[in-house]
Amino acid sequence: MASTSRTPEVAGLLERFARGDRRALARALTWIENQQPGFEQLLHATHSGLGRAFRVGVTGPPGAGKSTLTEKFALLCRRHDQKVGILAVDPSSPFTGGALLGDRIRMQELTLDDGAFIRSMASRGRLGGLATTSLEAADLLEAFGFDVVIHETVGVGQTERDIVSAADTTVVVLVPESGDAVQTMKAGLMEIADVFVVNKADRPGAENLERALTATLGLKPRDGGDWAPPIVRTVAVEGEGIEELAAAIDAHRSHCHKSGALTAKQRARSADRVRDLVARRVDAHVWEWGGGEEILERALDGIRDGDATPYSVADEIVAAVGLDSRSARPGTEQEERG
Amino acid sequence: MMSEQKIRVLVGKPGLDGHDRGAKVVAAALRDAGMEVIYTGLHQTPEQIVETALQEDVDVIALSILSGAHMTLLPRVLELMRDAGMNDVLLTGGGIISKDDMEALGEMGVGQLFGPGTTTGEIVEYIKNWVNERGAKVGAA
Amino acid sequence: MTPTARKDRRDDGRPIVQEASTREERMAARVAAWRDRRDRQSARDIDFTTTSSMEVAPIYTPLDLADNDPLEAIGLPGEYPYTRGVYDSMYRTRLWTMRQFAGFATAEETNQRYHFLLDHGQTGLSVAFDLPTLMGYDSDHPMSEGEVGVCGVAIDSLADMETLFRGIPLDQVSTSMTINGPAIIFLALYMAVAEEQGVPSDKLRGTLQTDILKEYIAQKEWLFPPDPHLKIIVDMMGWCADNAPKWHPISISGYHIREAGSTAAQELAFTLADGFTYVEEGIKAGLDVDRFAPRLSFFWNAHNDFFEEIAKYRAARRIWARHMKQRYGAKNARSLLMRFHTQTAGCSLTEQQPENNIVRTAIQALAGVMGGTQSLHTNSMDETYALPTEKAAKIALRTQQVIAYESGVANVIDPLGGSYYVEALTDRMEAEAEAYFRQIEDLGGVVAGIEQGFFQRELAVAASRYQEEIDTRRRVIVGVNDFIEEDESLEIPILRIDPRYEREQCARVAEVRAKRDDAKYRAAMKSLRQSIRDERNLMEPVLDAVRSFATVGEIVELMRDEYGTWREPSIF
Repeated sequence: MASTSRTPEVAGLLERFARGDRRALARALTWIENQQPGFEQLLHATHSGLGRAFRVGVTGPPGAGKSTLTEKFALLCRRHDQKVGILAVDPSSPFTGGALLGDRIRMQELTLDDGAFIRSMASRGRLGGLATTSLEAADLLEAFGFDVVIHETVGVGQTERDIVSAADTTVVVLVPESGDAVQTMKAGLMEIADVFVVNKADRPGAENLERALTATLGLKPRDGGDWAPPIVRTVAVEGEGIEELAAAIDAHRSHCHKSGALTAKQRARSADRVRDLVARRVDAHVWEWGGGEEILERALDGIRDGDATPYSVADEIVAAVGLDSRSARPGTEQEERG
Repeated sequence: MMSEQKIRVLVGKPGLDGHDRGAKVVAAALRDAGMEVIYTGLHQTPEQIVETALQEDVDVIALSILSGAHMTLLPRVLELMRDAGMNDVLLTGGGIISKDDMEALGEMGVGQLFGPGTTTGEIVEYIKNWVNERGAKVGAA
Repeated sequence: MTPTARKDRRDDGRPIVQEASTREERMAARVAAWRDRRDRQSARDIDFTTTSSMEVAPIYTPLDLADNDPLEAIGLPGEYPYTRGVYDSMYRTRLWTMRQFAGFATAEETNQRYHFLLDHGQTGLSVAFDLPTLMGYDSDHPMSEGEVGVCGVAIDSLADMETLFRGIPLDQVSTSMTINGPAIIFLALYMAVAEEQGVPSDKLRGTLQTDILKEYIAQKEWLFPPDPHLKIIVDMMGWCADNAPKWHPISISGYHIREAGSTAAQELAFTLADGFTYVEEGIKAGLDVDRFAPRLSFFWNAHNDFFEEIAKYRAARRIWARHMKQRYGAKNARSLLMRFHTQTAGCSLTEQQPENNIVRTAIQALAGVMGGTQSLHTNSMDETYALPTEKAAKIALRTQQVIAYESGVANVIDPLGGSYYVEALTDRMEAEAEAYFRQIEDLGGVVAGIEQGFFQRELAVAASRYQEEIDTRRRVIVGVNDFIEEDESLEIPILRIDPRYEREQCARVAEVRAKRDDAKYRAAMKSLRQSIRDERNLMEPVLDAVRSFATVGEIVELMRDEYGTWREPSIF
């Protein structure tokens, strides 16, 4: 595999990356996003720098003030001399593939700060709230030396599960107006949130929202069995409640540290990553190098005429590239049952 | 694995002018043409624009200026881009800019500038052509 | 929405032919028969829509006005609901004020332009400020670089304001000042200049734009969050009611909303909703509605679609009168009058074949006049390039004079009143506006709508739709996407602002700061800060500050420090 060798181009970029050249970081992120040849070399080479940064997820419905909250939290981290990298995701259009990335508008105080770096990412087809390469991008930010990496999710209202594995601590931001959403998203929210934020808490309805949350909290302790997600009230535009939020995040972090949940999460993340990579390689092996595409093309007429089924063709392809289909593919069971 | 190159464009408004109709129409049109558009919003200083462009690793910086301050703002952005080594990034834009000023800015290294009455199709095509001619972004700057 | 409300065909599509007994039924039968004939004719392959992309019927008839009682809804000029005009005799008594917006470079240069315009028959002044002034930055602030004197005149302190109005007796002109964020400072500056001229404030006539809500919605020149801005506006309304009864402290503006891409109906609805918000704020602050409402005035755009624009002005008068009376309990008839200034649509002008802009402007101006405007600005043909040259500005003014004196339209009040089309369109505008009012109320009001990006999103969508119509040539713009002249070369001169004005202005503001009585300045600023903290009416403390030669930038900085700033929501 190509991930362990280096082309001169990769070597040059890595050398600048190691020197702390922000442009090299930006370019490396582009390689990752585009999954451009050489991107795995980059990730492989920078992987030894990982395991130090804390990853925070910020999610919540549209209009909850995620970007503003992210900015204020990041500014607080900066006051404590922590370097902050932010990955803000917006949706790609499923039709054109284009995207409008507007989260930076609410994070302008960080733009000219050397200790902060914001990258807007388009989801590029991924549906779980993050971008296709959010995790890899976070690795790069961490390897570059950021102490805190914040994932801001798309925030389209539905439960965004990707964030759970991507972040060590996930903050779910709600506003008084999202009272109804709490009812419908109840189960999803409970699984995701390590910390709840009731933002725009100076508005009417904040009390009710907090009560609704409290009523449903405490039913399912998580992360070592005894973590009850706290509820923090903020007015992010005014900077109110940000210290309390930081304290809640810290508390969750040390809780997870002590209970071993953090290590478990990081192990799970590594396992997921390896599984993903294997799947990607197998995919590439089957479709790009193994001739799967040609077999498929030839077999399509047969499926139409009733001479073959999608299941038999799948077996044929898997067998042709040298993988034992009987033990791996659900298609086999189907066939046997049929 | 899918290698996918997306054209990334920063659309922003430098200076004090708040007339953002054109910027927003163009931003939406570029998105609809399949590009990833980073919209910076209003009242950006040249320093903020160039730093944002750097972090976002954009191919194109597209600025809308209707205030008449283009002869101050655009050369300043260009200078900062050069200082940052952003030689593979296009600076383009539009607004109330006279032909003479467009030519003068062009000589300094600013790309094509578009006035009122431009169709979004022209802008999309210009950017796509420019990126095609430049070729893929490489590791070295 | 079908243009005719009543059913005039059977389900199988054939017209209902019956023994028509009433006049209305006979009309319906005739219209149905006409439609049958028309349906056999071919139609040009275009969208029959207004500039706002609203579909219109091929013909309007009395059937379209079936629900519209001519006495109640249309009436006569000078009487409720004022659909036909706010005054009994309109232009027969007095033509509209021809008020050309002007300002560039420094106070000195602009003062000369004002003398020129007054000498050429202009009857009111209208001050255009440069962007640093509008945004509350002094000319020597880093954000001002390259912008000083470029889109208007740079005013940093009372010293500049004195120069701007030198030789112009303020009791004899009416002055409009297009400024919003720092409006209270400019009210104070104008009052201070009048003081020096020995003119008492109750003799002063004019208008300050002051309308901050449309800044959040459209033009984006706010300084603070909405709440403090609204508080300051109430201060100004209260102060003017007591001290400057002939002054309009606010001009509620649809112009910029339209320029930012809205439709005519959105311009109408959002602007009136802004107006209602100011009324509600005034009432909430304990002001008597009949004390301040008579001084509220409006400012509308005049775009290309002649009838749509006229219907918009007529609907605005009717809606305003109804709401003021029924919702806000205004008793004074003057509180019900929607008086307005009109400016032709800058966004309709094209860079290509710029002389065509003279024609566009003439049509737009005519709509403003036939819609009953109280004052009018006509754009110059060269405004897609730069500020107007003297020649272009003169042609624009002459356009108004031709309309006023040659066309004959000023002879008859509301000459399109009773037109089936215009009345039906007026009704439709009103219905669309009312639908928006309900939507805005559901959002929690105008400020909540702004914070949620509602208006901004509506505008962006409408602007993109309009541009797409042009790009796909479903909407023809002469010289832009049809009737194009290849190798078109620019043949009109361009006004350039010499960069030396910026240097001179920076030197001037530095000199003002150096020469003023520092103790007096400090005392005034301290008292202003205290007044902000005590939530007192800020007009007198701001007056003291400008009299002490505090600069606009210094006052705004102090206020920003106390009130904070505001960032636009992301709407994408």
